[in-house]
Amino acid sequence: MKIDFRHRQAAHCESGVTSNILRYYGMELSEPLILGIGAGLFFSYMPFIRLHDMPVFSFRPLPGQIFSRVMRRLKIKVKERRFLNKDKSMKALDDLLAKGIPVGNIVGVFHLPYFPREYRFHFNAHNLCVIGKDENRTYTVSDPVSTVLNELSYDELKRVRFAKGTWPPFGKMYWVTSITNASTDIRSAIISGIKLNCRRMLDIPIPFFGVKGIAKLARSMTKWEEKYGSRKAALCLAQLIRMLEEIGTGGAGFRYMYAAFLQEAANILDKPLLRDCSKNMTSIGDLWREFAYEAARKFKQRGNDVLSYNQLSDMLMRIADEEKNFFTGLRKQI
Amino acid sequence: MKKDEVPQDDMYLGTTNCRDIYYAVDEDGNYCEVPSVGWSVKNDALSLTWESISEQAEVIRNEVMEGLKSPLAYHMEMNLMTPALLSSCTGISKRVIRTHMTPEGFSQADRDTLNIYAVTMNITLDELLKV
Repeated sequence: MKIDFRHRQAAHCESGVTSNILRYYGMELSEPLILGIGAGLFFSYMPFIRLHDMPVFSFRPLPGQIFSRVMRRLKIKVKERRFLNKDKSMKALDDLLAKGIPVGNIVGVFHLPYFPREYRFHFNAHNLCVIGKDENRTYTVSDPVSTVLNELSYDELKRVRFAKGTWPPFGKMYWVTSITNASTDIRSAIISGIKLNCRRMLDIPIPFFGVKGIAKLARSMTKWEEKYGSRKAALCLAQLIRMLEEIGTGGAGFRYMYAAFLQEAANILDKPLLRDCSKNMTSIGDLWREFAYEAARKFKQRGNDVLSYNQLSDMLMRIADEEKNFFTGLRKQI
Repeated sequence: MKKDEVPQDDMYLGTTNCRDIYYAVDEDGNYCEVPSVGWSVKNDALSLTWESISEQAEVIRNEVMEGLKSPLAYHMEMNLMTPALLSSCTGISKRVIRTHMTPEGFSQADRDTLNIYAVTMNITLDELLKV
């Protein structure tokens, strides 16, 4: 059986899955709206967690947070489950599919067959939505990175759901249980989303997160070369750029998508000033892209005028300042 | 970023069904979605990462030839696996895995264990035994 589910490609996996699931239940919310309501713009620099033996950089909240925040704001009842037993998790998935419920899954991408070979790392926070299963135990999945629906065999799906490594997903799945009391008040959902995002970017009292995290990264980047040696420093820089631009951010680490959200929010809330905020966010996105461009020349050693780590760090520092001003200003608008 | 500035530098995505979606502004300043096959900056980041992995794998391959490491060490590098990761995938302890990464330890590993390694890394038993 296959659920009648409209697959739409999206920039980011989690906001894409959330948007697709909501559309299935008759609520049309664009991907940027999901990102904004879910307060999905973030930055974290975690030198104490290692991914491929390098520090973790992230431009998004922890996996699953965007989905759960959006559903909470819209008063839609959802359930999520993790499993220790692999076969039980597949059985639970089958039961939901048999009831005609599309099921979101968090998976690792290393063994996802339709992913480009070069993109397969041990990255365990990818989202897809399972929408059907046929008699050969082949599952149909709607994955926002793909232009078409894809198929996974029973074993393939089981394998990616129980990927191991940093943040193993433990077969985590999530689905909507009831939308009968769903809120139609998109406006207040947007406002709470923006408020939360300002708090997360400005107020976390630990220096690894939000704008403080960007500044922290800028400061430690100046020491990378002596700490790691030039080869490994270049790899760290490459990892940062991959996190910033890799499949699933909409460009510039979600900054452009957030600008798109503010533009939509300006119309919905009838606050033209948010349109100016959107423009500012677009220029911050452009700064990130300039940084990425210079960083790539640095790690590829292209051209004679390659920047030093100190100069790259200055660029980041400027971004940190700009984002700080931006969110302080945005908070006053709301 | 403007709509017509969205990069289309194909290197990895062109032959697949996967695309990047960029949010970019059109002539009237409104945001829209634009599919892209890639950006050279990002392709560089990815290619550098893979270059370094294959360089490292080549070093290990030579060490295997010289009898310093076992083929397991080589295949782990090719699969981006550390002893910790392989241990959590297989349930075999890190200490044992490190032993199996040496030629002496590897020659004493039993067939079942080798099978588990091969299945975990998606290769056949024959492939696991050579580099």
